[in-house]
Amino acid sequence: MRIIQSLIILLVTVPVWSQALTGKEILNKIDENMSAENRIITSKMIIHGPRSSRNIEAKSWSVGDTRAYTEYLSPPREAGTKMLKLEDQLWIYSPATDRTIQIAGHMLRQSVMGSDLSYEDMMEDPKLIDNYDAAVTGDEMIGGRKCWLLELQAKTQDVSYQVRKLWVDSERYIPLKEELYAKSGTLLKRTELYDIKRIGQRWYPGKIVFKDMMKTGDGTEFIIESIEFNVDIPEYLFTKASLK
Amino acid sequence: MIRFLFKGLIRDRQRSLLPAIVVAAGVTLTVLMTCYFTGVIGDFADFSAKFSNGHVRIMTRAYSDNMSQMPTDLSMINVNEILAVAKKDHPEMEWVMRIQFGGLLDAPDEKGETRAQGPAMATAVDLITPGSQEPDRLNLTDILVRGNIPDTAGEILISDDFATRLDVAPGDIVTLMGSTMYGEMCFYNFKIAGTIRFGVSVMDRGAIIVDLSDARAALDMDNAASEILGYLPGGHYIDEQAQVVCTDFNNKYSDPADEFSPVMLKMTDQSEMLKWYMQIMNKMSFIISFVFILAMSIVLWNTGLIGGLRRYGEVGIRLAIGESKGHVYKSMIYESVLIGIIGSVTGTVIGLLFSYLLQEKGIDISAITKGSTMMMPGNFHAKIIPEAYYVGFVPGLFSTTLGTMLSGIGIYKRKTAELSKELET
Repeated sequence: MRIIQSLIILLVTVPVWSQALTGKEILNKIDENMSAENRIITSKMIIHGPRSSRNIEAKSWSVGDTRAYTEYLSPPREAGTKMLKLEDQLWIYSPATDRTIQIAGHMLRQSVMGSDLSYEDMMEDPKLIDNYDAAVTGDEMIGGRKCWLLELQAKTQDVSYQVRKLWVDSERYIPLKEELYAKSGTLLKRTELYDIKRIGQRWYPGKIVFKDMMKTGDGTEFIIESIEFNVDIPEYLFTKASLK
Repeated sequence: MIRFLFKGLIRDRQRSLLPAIVVAAGVTLTVLMTCYFTGVIGDFADFSAKFSNGHVRIMTRAYSDNMSQMPTDLSMINVNEILAVAKKDHPEMEWVMRIQFGGLLDAPDEKGETRAQGPAMATAVDLITPGSQEPDRLNLTDILVRGNIPDTAGEILISDDFATRLDVAPGDIVTLMGSTMYGEMCFYNFKIAGTIRFGVSVMDRGAIIVDLSDARAALDMDNAASEILGYLPGGHYIDEQAQVVCTDFNNKYSDPADEFSPVMLKMTDQSEMLKWYMQIMNKMSFIISFVFILAMSIVLWNTGLIGGLRRYGEVGIRLAIGESKGHVYKSMIYESVLIGIIGSVTGTVIGLLFSYLLQEKGIDISAITKGSTMMMPGNFHAKIIPEAYYVGFVPGLFSTTLGTMLSGIGIYKRKTAELSKELET
């Protein structure tokens, strides 16, 4: 009898509890997992092009979505290339030409190294709650896990993706799948997050697969080899002097 | 009888010389205009062929589906082998490799940081190999504004407007930023050898011309090229001939199941816009030629008609002295045919002569097309085509004869009883 009572209580309370979470609250929980004051990532990108795949390794230091610094470690052709992003401007240093080239505006939405990631995708860590309004539109199972389906609408015009659809793990509050749309409704990118693991107090993916829907090829695997959150990053790193 | 009529035509210049001159003039114009209109279309086609399309173009199947985006990642690899088979199968044609790609051209300040930059549309051609026909094909000497044509690796030509916008000049170093064939970011320093002006805004906005070896080094395209262009012998585009070459190549070497296998497309199959344009130009040329031939036919028909009427008195006398109406009518038609043949042959020869001059020299229209947003040649030439050898005979021979035949019908309406009275007046 007690078991039946417990089951009834569970069946009644779980939906009530889940309904109580708003889109905004879910976004907050996602940001708690995915965003940080600052972070240092060592990553490997495996870019599956139409003819072959290639690996690029890089180390990135970022503070919020305004400052980021990336140094490419391999392959030899890319090694030593450095990028500095301050606000909406990006400087790239090429050791082969000993030049520092500035990129701004729409160029930041171009592909990085032929991958399915844009400079903004790679170098920014924006909080979703600051840029989007969210609504829970349903639930679905992804990889055997129950997910809330969230639809995000941009609050401003200056974000790269005006509409986002997120499949958010209902227990760990981390997206397992995401679709990024233009204002016109065109699907621009699809991402899938794998190897979710506990890092400190947060859940974080070990691998993200990006697919730029406008490009040929089989997408880009972004593998996080190491990540540190909220660590001290020296200020000089975010100056042009650090590029050479 | 023909000999008799011929003697009559030579001896009576009033009767022969003027009509023959009029016929010859009309035929000359007809031949010249037919050659010129054909040449204008050919010049549009040749201009497009020289700069970007070739008479035929070999690409990978995937590249051909996206060629407007210049996707270097879909370029041909082992391109030397592909070039070798194209040369072996069609040694009469000229084959060249090209790479077309986009990038960002960046001009540095004294610290090596960005001072100015702009999007560049680059065409890589063989500029520095001794004996390369590419500088002539692109008419680089004529469009050079400042500096000189590159003669060593690492030098580029940049459109003069683009150079002004970036505030760079021959001798300055600029950096091209783009992506390699494999998608990696690439940077390459170039020295500006000279500036050029195409006279076409779309190209003057941001075109640069680099040597093929530099493009290969910058874009990691060793033994690779995005395109092989083929040019038919004689240098003029002939659709049927291009189709034969394409069909032959594709049957032998192209695999529809492999997106990276090479495919050859003739010029008009490379772009719907170009195809539509060539069709429109062909139709326009046909309509203009047709209207012109029709107008000349009416003029020369009228010449025949007037010639017949002018000889009203002569016909009356001939009838009065007993010549039969049929004989008079036939002799006038024979005369007309003779005048038509002499005038048409003379007119065709003169027309072909003028056409040849226009074919070789052309008419410079660059002053008119300055500032145009459309890619078009600065010089229009005539082109002598097989039809030019006989098209003048339509107005020159048939129309003149028809005019005479119509005016000659009046002969049968003359009444012998009234001839004396008519001749008195």
